[in-house]
Amino acid sequence: MSIATRPATGTAPGPTSHESTPRRRRLRWDLPGLYVGLIAIAIFCLAPFYWMVVSSLKAPNEIFDNSLIPRHPTLMNYEAVFGAQNTFVLALRNSLIIAGCVTVVALVFGVIAAYAIARLNFRGKNLVLGLFLATSMFPGVAILTPLFQLFADWGWIDTYQAMIVPDISFSLPLGVWILTSFFRAMPWELEAAARVDGCTRGQAFRRIILPLAVPGVFTTAILVFISAWNEYMIANSMSQTPASQPVTVAIAQFSGISQYDTPYGTQMAAGVVVTIPLIVLVLIFQRRIISGLTAGGVK
Amino acid sequence: MTVTIDRAAKARRPRRPAEARESDGRLAFWLVIPSIVVLGLVILYPVIASIVRSMFGDGIGESPFVGLQNYANALWGLGAADFWGATGFTYFVAAVTIVLETLIGLAMALVMNRAFKGRGILRASVLVPWAIPTAVAAVLWKWAFDPAGIINALTGSTIVWTGSEIPSTIAIIVADTWKTAPFIALLILAGLQVIPDEVYEAAKIDGAGAWQRFLRITLPLVRPALLVAVLFRMLDALRMYDLPWIFTHGSNGTTTLSILTFVFIFVTAYFFVRVLGVNAVESVGGERKERKR
Repeated sequence: MSIATRPATGTAPGPTSHESTPRRRRLRWDLPGLYVGLIAIAIFCLAPFYWMVVSSLKAPNEIFDNSLIPRHPTLMNYEAVFGAQNTFVLALRNSLIIAGCVTVVALVFGVIAAYAIARLNFRGKNLVLGLFLATSMFPGVAILTPLFQLFADWGWIDTYQAMIVPDISFSLPLGVWILTSFFRAMPWELEAAARVDGCTRGQAFRRIILPLAVPGVFTTAILVFISAWNEYMIANSMSQTPASQPVTVAIAQFSGISQYDTPYGTQMAAGVVVTIPLIVLVLIFQRRIISGLTAGGVK
Repeated sequence: MTVTIDRAAKARRPRRPAEARESDGRLAFWLVIPSIVVLGLVILYPVIASIVRSMFGDGIGESPFVGLQNYANALWGLGAADFWGATGFTYFVAAVTIVLETLIGLAMALVMNRAFKGRGILRASVLVPWAIPTAVAAVLWKWAFDPAGIINALTGSTIVWTGSEIPSTIAIIVADTWKTAPFIALLILAGLQVIPDEVYEAAKIDGAGAWQRFLRITLPLVRPALLVAVLFRMLDALRMYDLPWIFTHGSNGTTTLSILTFVFIFVTAYFFVRVLGVNAVESVGGERKERKR
């Protein structure tokens, strides 16, 4: 939280060192115990997800038998997800548009604000930092009703911007914090050198600092995208029709193949579809995500 | 207090020429203002609107000014039972989930801090619960806790989990713990990884056992990371919305209740920072400002 006092090491941008550091001597710890622990962790984290995948592959008449492996795997639920009665494809598109816009705008705002906080000396810096912190503490429910009224007055209900603008404000505090810590750890002598060579401040930022900051910006982008993709509360009240509904809202309101019971199979299939892009992101960028999370969390 | 010390320190520092500082300030203003505008629109305006609205009565057309009557109602009047019920429930769930998540997270972090093959795969799988959207996780756990679902099948019970208060509370706690304990584990793991191995070596040479090393070295050294993780988690837990909402469609907070909730969260955070000494100079400055509201 206190960026000023946090040592830059440990959460610095770029590939972290713990992968390459030899920690062989810790291997002496009793191996069977270690592997029991590791397997327990994997089961804890993955079993519910596995259950979601398995359930999504079961036909409605089979889903309640609770067998751990589907006996007659079927893609029927996935057909229902992409079928006509659920506007899931539209919801996926909405989610992509919303999360994409949030990521781009929040990053532009976040990068320039973080640059100012990390590099410039100005009055009220503590106030600005305090404001970012205070807003990140707010319970979303507290602002939901007045925000809804405000957007209703503006005719914004059921539009993308009604979700994009709040999402930007939710991601800004975290984004500014992560980016500030990245900017603080940058080699600013390079900027000074560029200035000496005749660059303006803007040029030095664009040509020298920004290219160097790409890893940090990218990490922040992933985190902001995931949090915008996962947002539910604001979307649930701002989107009234499928035209603007993101996937999180669509899933919670799903209607299935059969009308009268909760369509668990279809919901699970939709959940798998929504989660897969995130899992892919996690698999590819896990090191970046972790370094960003810990920079943002252990501030 | 921190702010004044800060200023005094700055005043003693040799300064750059006044002109440079001036342009710094102007540039900083234009760089920071877009973020401030968005935050002002989405957070500050609604908060002020809620505070104003909370001073007026409900009704169609002109609503009368009632001052602090709504707060009185919520705290010790007609709404008191609901309000304290909801507050108690929130704090209870938050306390239980945080204790569980911290213990599980600490255990996971200790295991993951060892060297082993397939570290990357394990870390990616630890991120899975964190990455799954809460709405999806809620639907998933609702299915698992269905009367005919896997939880009852595995435990051999026939509980209607979402039907009454205690079982649905347990279901919410389980779902939330699953989703967040891995996140806590990653934060604690980051703290563990900066502890130098030499400290353990030295302790071992001095004859400290594994348990002693954990109590005397690991815990004190990982304490800052641990406390900050718990603080962040607590703020989140007290604001939990989507999970219980999708689970049980529980009642929503009204405007008045929400503002009070914020005050409660704030006071809790303040005590946490003060009493447990989480290192957060800036945050104290920020919270001070809030408290004057």
